[in-house]
Amino acid sequence: MMNLTLKIWRQKDANDKGQMVDYKVTDISEHMSFLEMMDVLNEQLVNSGDQPVAFDHDCREGICGMCSLYINGEAHGPDRGITTCQLHMRMFNDGDTITIEPWRASAFPVIKDLIVDRMSFERIQQAGGFISVNTSGNTQDANAIPISKHAADEAMDAAACIGCGACVATCKNSSAMLFVGAKVSQYALLPQGQVEAADRVKNMVEQMDLEGFGNCTNTGACEIECPKGISLENIARMNREFLSASLKG
Amino acid sequence: MSGLLSSSIARKFAMALSALFLIFFLLMHVSINLLSIFSEDAFNVASHFMGTNPLIQFLMQPILIIGVVFHFVMGFILELKNRKAVGVHKYVKNNGAANSTWMSRNMIYSGLAILLFIVIHFLDFWIPELKYKYVEVLPEEPTRYYHEMVEKFHNPIKVGVYVVAFVFLALHLLHGFMSAFQSMGLNNKYTKTFERCAKAYSIVIPGLFIFIAIFHYFNQ
Repeated sequence: MMNLTLKIWRQKDANDKGQMVDYKVTDISEHMSFLEMMDVLNEQLVNSGDQPVAFDHDCREGICGMCSLYINGEAHGPDRGITTCQLHMRMFNDGDTITIEPWRASAFPVIKDLIVDRMSFERIQQAGGFISVNTSGNTQDANAIPISKHAADEAMDAAACIGCGACVATCKNSSAMLFVGAKVSQYALLPQGQVEAADRVKNMVEQMDLEGFGNCTNTGACEIECPKGISLENIARMNREFLSASLKG
Repeated sequence: MSGLLSSSIARKFAMALSALFLIFFLLMHVSINLLSIFSEDAFNVASHFMGTNPLIQFLMQPILIIGVVFHFVMGFILELKNRKAVGVHKYVKNNGAANSTWMSRNMIYSGLAILLFIVIHFLDFWIPELKYKYVEVLPEEPTRYYHEMVEKFHNPIKVGVYVVAFVFLALHLLHGFMSAFQSMGLNNKYTKTFERCAKAYSIVIPGLFIFIAIFHYFNQ
């Protein structure tokens, strides 16, 4: 069992200035997930008549992309290849002080406490992160189109992105290039996606710039912190796709 | 085409192109400087050629200056845009060392150190050269270059500044060289080999500049 000091960002709403507040939690089991530890804190706060800490979560099994905490200076905490809900308290020691902050980026404004607005990602997706399908009744069966194993694997790896925003949060420039690179790549690698490839990459990059994300300076931090291991190769692929699409007009 | 010129990816592509051009220039520069170690005459011949050849003086030199200015101006523009993207709220605790190198996180500072050195370098070498050729219009002396250069390295403070500047250049290149390839979309099965070559270049070339300065200091 562990006793911990938590330093948590509290902010009433989007307009509040916000501040770090210290809390103590006791008897935390090392088998708990990080979010379960947050639940314990919130129970404590509710019982004492205080406002619980607002934080995003949904599936709690690392697939939905909702949880989003910056823990001790790292997106999703000090472990690799996991989301915050998969982070376990065994990664910490009795007596530790844990700093918990929301994602920080102009394009991810804080709504309340540790919850940020990630609709900018949705708008990028809406700008081109899809394949238009003609459902006239004679649509070709996707399985009838031959695709190499290598391309299928690479597309699947890119499609593993859950859009949690850890790449933006950890980037010193708040760049969304890993997210957009993954979304562009998952289609660019497949024949079904190639029909709209040029418009897709131009529109998604344009929306990314409009949302106010920063420029990629290739530090590689996003790849390290990404819970799904999305590779930097996807950024290079997007750069190639964009440059060639733009040159074609 | 307008989209290409105004987008973040195009700006990074242009930054990478100018970087690769400057990296190539460094190779030429160090090659000529190295001659001063082996032969005073060979260094003078090469320097005289570079200083008097019209193609180099009136085509390559302006391109080089444009390349240098563009790289610095675009570097500052991208830094300002990135700071705006980060916003006013910074992390209370941010463990950058856990996922990226110091060089990659501090390119603006190593770049600023290099910019400062270039100003000193221009005041030390380039401005006196322009004055000699175009203001005072002194007669061509094909044998003056070696002594002019060696004399500069007799001052221990100048040698110290030179060494520190090239350490910053090495740090800048250690991230920048490979970063340029990534910005241009080159990330494939040859990347690991490229990376090893880029790292070797980033250490060897600044190392040679430092060696030449120290050699002339002790060879007075």
